[in-house]
Amino acid sequence: MKIVILGCGRIGAILACRLSQTGHDVAIIDVDNSAFQRLGPDFKGKRVLGNGTEQDTLRRAGIEQADCFLAITQGDNRNIMACQIARVIFNVPRVQTRIKDPLRADCFAEQGLETFCTTILAANYLEHLLLFGPGASGAPAAGSASSSEDRSVPDSVGSEA
Amino acid sequence: MYVVIAGGGKVGYYLAKTLLAENHEVVLLEKGPACCASLLSVLGDVVLLGDACEARTMETAGVNRADVVAAVTGEDDDNLVICQMAKQRFGVKRTIARVNNPENEDLFSRLGIDQTVTSTRIIYNLIEQEIESGAVIPLSTLRRGNLELVEVAVTPISPAAGKSLADIDLPPECQIIIVLRGDRALIPHGATVLEPHDSIIAVVEARHERELREIISPSRRS
Repeated sequence: MKIVILGCGRIGAILACRLSQTGHDVAIIDVDNSAFQRLGPDFKGKRVLGNGTEQDTLRRAGIEQADCFLAITQGDNRNIMACQIARVIFNVPRVQTRIKDPLRADCFAEQGLETFCTTILAANYLEHLLLFGPGASGAPAAGSASSSEDRSVPDSVGSEA
Repeated sequence: MYVVIAGGGKVGYYLAKTLLAENHEVVLLEKGPACCASLLSVLGDVVLLGDACEARTMETAGVNRADVVAAVTGEDDDNLVICQMAKQRFGVKRTIARVNNPENEDLFSRLGIDQTVTSTRIIYNLIEQEIESGAVIPLSTLRRGNLELVEVAVTPISPAAGKSLADIDLPPECQIIIVLRGDRALIPHGATVLEPHDSIIAVVEARHERELREIISPSRRS
């Protein structure tokens, strides 16, 4: 699949590497060149420097041929706008929007955007962990396998699109 | 009218000031504490500290009873989300967004924002008008339906000069609504004959504006 990811932060970078290693055609966009350091040498996809709410940047990332678009920058509004451009202007079949603010996530989900709210996901997970303990059924795996490569990049690197 | 303005930069400040002077009810939302403090000292308690994208701020501002929400921050993404939230969540009838990147105008209107204002586009149009079409003066753009209100001078070499409106082959989606002659404005009918040095005011679909100019006010080379 052809996948375009906006925002080369921690989640964006991990996802981009995984998807490119499993043979997908991945392009990742960020406004900050140093953010691409998070990708490491194994990343085989395309790095696109630019503002992801500009159509020109999205075109450079190949959005016109994309099967999926994911916006996962630090800015809720940037993600919302970029995803609406992907959907309305470029007709990308699958569009996912990360929105941290739960109320905003609800509001745009009602408008037909596929949203995921990392705040609620984390709260749900932690609630489950606190009430039932780590080994309990129903809780997703914590994903410790990727933590070492996470730490290899200092916190000061990049600011995400 | 009750107007909620999001963004306390220069546009937001002068907009609030102008509306207040006309006795409208105004709330100006600004998320930067320092900027907000200085606005408070000038405009008083119409200024509210908060992020206009947050539903809670909008509730405090009473957006649900606003007649108009104007999002005039410097960021297109913020303005888009503010207007969409105002419409979707609070049922605001009229939303106006400042747009910085002209290519976003289309997106905003397709997403239901009622009106957009793009300084870049306005200035560009003024420049282009100067170069391209001295004889056609855009008076207003009626966004719905892409109509423009234009003023066109009837030049002496115009094929329309000396003809009655009924005999002029106007482009489709075009209507001449006023004929300006000397210091008079006439409401024309089919028998009205255009004279050189008249001006007409017409409603025309933007894509037919050039044809209208060729008919009423052709440039000398053609």
